Amino acid sequence: MTTVTPVTTTPPLTPDKPNAAAVAKKKLTSPWASLAALVIAVLWTLPTFGLLVSSFRPERAIKTTGWWTFFSDPTFTMDNYKAVLDAESGAGLGSFFVNSLVITIPSVLIPLCLAALAAYAFAWIKFPGRNILFLIIFALQIVPLQVTLIPLLTLYVDAGLANTFWTIWISHAIFGLPLAIYLLHNFMREIPATLLEAARVDGAGHVSIFFRVLLPLLRPALAAFGIFQFLWVWNDLLVALTFAGGGDAVAPITVALANLSGTRGTAWHLLSAGAFVSILVPVTIFLLLQRYFVRGLLAGSVKG
Amino acid sequence: MFDTADTTAEKFTQMFAAILLFAAVVGIILFIAGRFGGRRGDKIVAYSYLAPTLLMLLVGLVYPGVRTIYQSFFDAAGSAFIGMDNYKTIFTDSDQLTVLRNTVFWVVVTPFVATAVGLLYAILVDKAKMESFAKALVFLPMAISFVGASIIWKFVYEFRPDQGNVKQIGLLNQVLVWLGGSPQQWLVDSPLNTFLLIVVMIWIQAGFAMTVLSAAIKAIPDDIIEAARLDGVGPWGMFRFVTLPAIRPAVVVVLTTIGIGTLKVFDIVRTMTGGQFDTSVIANEFYSQSFRSDNQGLGSALAVLLFLLVIPIVAYNIRQIRSSEAL
Repeated sequence: MTTVTPVTTTPPLTPDKPNAAAVAKKKLTSPWASLAALVIAVLWTLPTFGLLVSSFRPERAIKTTGWWTFFSDPTFTMDNYKAVLDAESGAGLGSFFVNSLVITIPSVLIPLCLAALAAYAFAWIKFPGRNILFLIIFALQIVPLQVTLIPLLTLYVDAGLANTFWTIWISHAIFGLPLAIYLLHNFMREIPATLLEAARVDGAGHVSIFFRVLLPLLRPALAAFGIFQFLWVWNDLLVALTFAGGGDAVAPITVALANLSGTRGTAWHLLSAGAFVSILVPVTIFLLLQRYFVRGLLAGSVKG
Repeated sequence: MFDTADTTAEKFTQMFAAILLFAAVVGIILFIAGRFGGRRGDKIVAYSYLAPTLLMLLVGLVYPGVRTIYQSFFDAAGSAFIGMDNYKTIFTDSDQLTVLRNTVFWVVVTPFVATAVGLLYAILVDKAKMESFAKALVFLPMAISFVGASIIWKFVYEFRPDQGNVKQIGLLNQVLVWLGGSPQQWLVDSPLNTFLLIVVMIWIQAGFAMTVLSAAIKAIPDDIIEAARLDGVGPWGMFRFVTLPAIRPAVVVVLTTIGIGTLKVFDIVRTMTGGQFDTSVIANEFYSQSFRSDNQGLGSALAVLLFLLVIPIVAYNIRQIRSSEAL
């Protein structure tokens, strides 16, 4: 679903002038405000921290004592990570990790390219049916994935694609398109028309305008959608479970973890290490590209 | 190429093949578009740019959507027409009523609590030392998958029987023991367990609320605040009459966006309880009925219900934006 957030992203950079929040905060008597902020920060960090500490403790220690005893009686091991990645002795998350990578890369690239083409057509070419088509695609964003899954699965089975990566690539590409088109279209509309007119007068066709003029300018918008889609696909469970739930050959790491949690719910040495193996990639991407992610958020969209 | 890939090498080969195939399709489109220069070819260029997108949306969203609505009037096997019976089941069967009740809990509690926490935190850390670090702490759960977050919280709720030398390994039960209580099986008792699952969603969504609302707060013009201050408006008044009205549109967007996300919540329920102990919600029940109980009719009806529930929230959202733009 999508909404136009009526919020501009650029904060006024005037650190010495008080803004509304600062005034409200100051009068909230500072010690209490700091305490409240600290409590929230701790509540939001401690659960993750506890599991992270546990993932480095020996299996026996995890099962018999709480992770907070680590600080009075530190024991450190990498065995859990070895066990969870190894196919023979543990959960074999290594191959699921590969699946996640193989699933995610095309699932980001395909909608990104297609949406760039479509958004260009919507933003800069006049053709009959333009407004109504754009409205329909905009509206498609609110369709819950659940509505599409059973018929799509039937289509894939009929096409002989069941239990292949193709089902997941195609599905994620389709589900990502409406949001991608919407985001890129909004961004393209802001590029001054004179720039394109000038290129046209110089004799540039649509293809060279697209590549030479627009693409370089679009980089932030492409990055914003790219990271959105990356996190969405990497962290997805529903689509993967539906189309690849049966076969270990194509299931991503989220499916493997969810199954592990269901079948071996008390194997905390595997669950803790497994969770961090799956978290590592999205958190790294997220920290590196946070700027673009926030911009995407503020441009207004969360799909699903 | 269209088989199931087994080895790592095969998987990556298939991936590159898919990307190449896709690049070829785009190349053909661009080649066609390149042949029609000038304004007369505009129509052809536009339709060829749109063709793959429209085809995919038609086959992958529109057709399945219509098909699911149709299917929701059929029985479990999808062969006999049974009218509104599936919908009647949803609203009369006692298990399904529990599902509806839980969904109401989720949708009522999550958006408001997550937004409140996000707003409070945004105000508290605004212009504080290390603001961006403080924000990152609360924002980071957004990058963690729902499955990962569920495992993190399942560990917090972990229970060990209260006997002999058995020590608690879950933080919540340990805190309870420290306070002199006895450990609980948190995820078993309904309806408390549903609220403990809701905590996970709030934990994930508060960062989203904080980010959007923080940007909204920073966008409030300084002269308004200065004027209010000179008029002697107190801190509560500042929040009530200056901050809140100014960020109202952003608050509505955050509430409705989280509301819609919550309506479709599946991963958390699936990973933490699998829908057992009366914790199922519509999106999880849809999955269970469609793919575990092989009741496609009821599954489809649940999916359609989800769709219908999203529409009023979106409509409200759009109306709010319209009216705020009109001002």
